[in-house]
Amino acid sequence: MSITAFIVISIIKSVIVLGILLTAVAYSVWLERKVSARIQNRWGPTRVGPFGLLQPLADGVKFILKEELTEPHVYRPLFIAAPNSSLVFAITSISVIPFGNWVDLGPWGTYLQITDLNIGLLVVLGITSMGVYGVALAGWSSNNKYSLLGGLRASAQMISYEVSLGLSLVGVLIITGSLSLRDIVDAQRHLHWNIFLQPVAFFIYLISAYAETNRTPFDLPEAESELVAGYHTEYSAMKFAMFFMSEYANMVTVACLATLLFFGGWLGPVFGPPILQMILPVLWFCLKVFFFMFLYVWVRWTLPRFRYDQLMAFGWKVLLPLAVANIVVTALIVAWRA
Amino acid sequence: MLHLILFLFFGTICVAGAINLLAQSHPINSALSLIAVMASLAGEYLLLGAEFVAAVQVIVYAGAIMVLFVITIMLLNAGKEERTKGSRIAILIGVPGVVIGGVLVAWTLLHRPDMQTVPIGALKGDPSAIARLLFHQFLLPFEVTSVLILIAIMGAVVLASRPEAIARPHHSTPGPQETRKLVATGKDRR
Repeated sequence: MSITAFIVISIIKSVIVLGILLTAVAYSVWLERKVSARIQNRWGPTRVGPFGLLQPLADGVKFILKEELTEPHVYRPLFIAAPNSSLVFAITSISVIPFGNWVDLGPWGTYLQITDLNIGLLVVLGITSMGVYGVALAGWSSNNKYSLLGGLRASAQMISYEVSLGLSLVGVLIITGSLSLRDIVDAQRHLHWNIFLQPVAFFIYLISAYAETNRTPFDLPEAESELVAGYHTEYSAMKFAMFFMSEYANMVTVACLATLLFFGGWLGPVFGPPILQMILPVLWFCLKVFFFMFLYVWVRWTLPRFRYDQLMAFGWKVLLPLAVANIVVTALIVAWRA
Repeated sequence: MLHLILFLFFGTICVAGAINLLAQSHPINSALSLIAVMASLAGEYLLLGAEFVAAVQVIVYAGAIMVLFVITIMLLNAGKEERTKGSRIAILIGVPGVVIGGVLVAWTLLHRPDMQTVPIGALKGDPSAIARLLFHQFLLPFEVTSVLILIAIMGAVVLASRPEAIARPHHSTPGPQETRKLVATGKDRR
């Protein structure tokens, strides 16, 4: 494939994936509001469009038109840079997530993935670890004791749970033998899904990911009743919207990783003419990601939140030894079989 | 050609970040410049073909160690540093000294007979190659490093725990009668 065709196809893929991701982020807000409403026995958004489906549009317009409060007491450069960097790092990790197989479009063909790096999993882990800065710097630059406390708590929580997050994925890597996300999914053909081979690692990953994305039951840093609003107390309008979007984009990334690593990604029954065979894997992938987003919302509105010392103790004293034990057992079994 | 452009791009960010680190007066700006240096170093590793090391550099150095730096600066509320008047002798001797030293080093490095450049992706940097090196050739340094890190963690725990618990471990908190005696004689405060 010539270099021009490669560049053009990459740009088209990036634009399409980015558009879909931002729409998914907006509509995951709708999903949260609807599901939380039903769990609490009320309706949720119903007025703006059928079933409230245009509510995210109304929210977007509100965020753009709202007045940006300009506080004189904040440290301006970091105050503006923090939500931007949070959003950038949250959106970047979609670039290595594969959605489906090879597709042929006339004389060209491409993988359904923006780029297939052979260290794809490490790239996602690196980007999530850089995402801590947005939270920490936002809390500090707001010059406000609630924000500082919230930011410190959030960043300490995120770096603690990153350790067990990474270690829980090592079991999957031992079984697969490759860091490329496409290879990990290909190794799960014929229902050898990693959820059956690594159930403990799946639960450690899920719990660590909930803590990493600051979602209930680990959402003390942004709990409304505890810390006003934590690290985004002083933010209004668009900057607050950026934090909001980055939280939901991180949720989408976690859901995508969970399906790729444990639930077989885009694998599922494929049949029919070639056009259907190209679309069906993407459909299975989207259904599985949707299930994980629903699970996120379900857990948020069912469980109470952890106290901060319980949270940190759980991460270091329970999840980390469990993850290491999982690695040891997996390595022993794989070595014994070889 | 592209190799040169990318190398110069990452190298410029690295050197500019390092100089900015020294030039900034607020420690948080210095920490952010150091993050930029770490990220550009990861880019340089990628140019060499060491992709695993580049990813680990971002995860560990830029993503964990620098976060600890930033958290410490935030906790200690370190403000802008005070600037004293620069000493004129230091500038008169220092700046030419740095320039001459830099020129000497660059000239020596460029005129060695066995100097060569490495094209993009020349080294084998995939994780399996590194794992093979780490667990065959460099096993002893690897294990010794892990013991060293364990000692550092233990030292940090000891340093961060309560000083009374270490200095006078046999003293316990006084019971109710002793407390009343201490309050009566005024000895309950230091």
